[in-house]
Amino acid sequence: MDGQRKIFISPGSSDARLTRQKLGFGCLTLTTLVTVLPIFAVVIYILIKGLPAISWSFLTTFPFDGVKQGGIFPAIVGTFFLTLGTAIFSVPLGIGAAIYLSEYAPESRLTRIIRIAIINLAGIPSVVYGLFGLGMFVIFLKFGTSILAGSLTLSIMTLPVIISTAEEAIRAVPQSFRVVSISVGATRWQTIRRIVLPQSLPGIITGVILGLERAAGETAPILFTAASFFLPRLPNSPLDPTMALPYHLFVISTQVPGMPVKIQYGTALVLIVFVLGMNLIATTIRSRARAHRQW
Amino acid sequence: MQSTKNINEYILTRLIRISGYSAIIFVLMIFYFLLREGLPTIGEVSFVNLISIRWYPIEDYFGLLPLIGGSLIVTLGAAIFAIPIGVCTAVFIAEVAPRWVRDILKPLVEVLGGIPSVVLGFLGILILAPSLRRLLDLPTGLTALAGSILLGGIAIPTIVSVAEDALDSVPRSYRDAALALGATQWQTIWRVTLPAARSGVVTAIMLGIGRTIGETMAVMMVTGNAAVIPVRWNSLFLPVRTMTATIAAEMGEVAKNSTHYHVLFFIGLVLFLISLGINVAASTAVFKQSKRAERILS
Repeated sequence: MDGQRKIFISPGSSDARLTRQKLGFGCLTLTTLVTVLPIFAVVIYILIKGLPAISWSFLTTFPFDGVKQGGIFPAIVGTFFLTLGTAIFSVPLGIGAAIYLSEYAPESRLTRIIRIAIINLAGIPSVVYGLFGLGMFVIFLKFGTSILAGSLTLSIMTLPVIISTAEEAIRAVPQSFRVVSISVGATRWQTIRRIVLPQSLPGIITGVILGLERAAGETAPILFTAASFFLPRLPNSPLDPTMALPYHLFVISTQVPGMPVKIQYGTALVLIVFVLGMNLIATTIRSRARAHRQW
Repeated sequence: MQSTKNINEYILTRLIRISGYSAIIFVLMIFYFLLREGLPTIGEVSFVNLISIRWYPIEDYFGLLPLIGGSLIVTLGAAIFAIPIGVCTAVFIAEVAPRWVRDILKPLVEVLGGIPSVVLGFLGILILAPSLRRLLDLPTGLTALAGSILLGGIAIPTIVSVAEDALDSVPRSYRDAALALGATQWQTIWRVTLPAARSGVVTAIMLGIGRTIGETMAVMMVTGNAAVIPVRWNSLFLPVRTMTATIAAEMGEVAKNSTHYHVLFFIGLVLFLISLGINVAASTAVFKQSKRAERILS
């Protein structure tokens, strides 16, 4: 493609313009490096500083001595529970909404309002979600500071990501697939269930994981709805508060004087691996599905 | 048998419709609970107090100006470098980079968007703030500037991703026409492609800024949390406190239904309305753009 473009610019003509272009492209490359290099720097730095802290006992024991020693096991388990709880609420709702928007929704004012509402949900500050969760789930519905309240708060926050990526995946299924299915006598729901959903599944899974990844790394929404500074045992029910990785990292890097740096980096590393691991799985599923797509 | 199938299908269709409407329901619910817990502020705190310049809740000083000012200066600082860097990176990825570079860069930038803000805040405390302090010879590195730098890093992935999509959706024929007229690729980018993608790029910038105003953890951890109005020229190099950080830092310690509690919800309400405004404006820009695309195609 580049070769094709060069045909239009005869060699030797208007050198000044080409010099300017070269300079310009140089600047653009530079800004891109400014964007990209810090990503590597952050990830590699945390990897180097955090790896020495990682051991089997760090991952599987409780902290002690005012969290200054020991492991981060309850925080890992807590983040796992919160992510799971978020998935239970947000996945069916998000996929349902995506199906509605792509298969049922008419071109109407109401549909437009739904879309604006989704964009708004995506833009609401995470700490405002925390306030809402506190007002509605913790106080009004009397769930208390609990995994349930935190998961519900996180699911509403996650919803827009799941809806928009799942809708995109469902829309990508060619219209002809639906037409053929309906014309051989399937109902609309049968068409969705047997044809559309299986075809768009990889895209939907990608969207779900990307949404949950965001939920797993968030601190502000669980600050007043689920998180606890220290718990001597694992939560017994969804109505118990829990420790969580991002909140734990926040606490040990700001609230605990004399906290060993090693444990801080170790916790940051586990959190990053958790979140970026999910990201990696999601992108892998997406690119594989694109490569194997039949249409 | 046919009829049970019909009933099932009816119920499922209903459920799908309800989940479709859920987004509206949730936005309204969030708004309702913020109003419910935040509006009592208006009866409890005088208007003069609210727009005063002191935030000192223990002595019933609830001036919001320092917090709004803190949010503004940090956001402004972030915008100053996030916008040019973000847009230029988007242009590079969409227009200049070869296909394979682009296939690597796009997911990579999304990875940056996925790094939890608490991790960035943590690195901000340990690395960014001390180096800023040494570099600029400040009494403390925990300043608005540190917050701005982190927030810029948080806004850039949003800006790059949305702006790149917008540039990518400019029809190939526009570029070909410009090149055929003898324009260089550089001229084509600035005079044809970018103007054509303008509304999408503006949307990208607005969404990026929206993220910075709402960002909480990273900002709370590195801005030093001093509720003073940033009016002097050197405010960027002093500690500040944003609206989001105030809520996050103080909500854990207030008694339920106290005045302080209501004021914190009131700040949440203000943040909600700001993000509502930004997103409605940004989404109408998106709709305009899609209409134009339809015109071009027809």
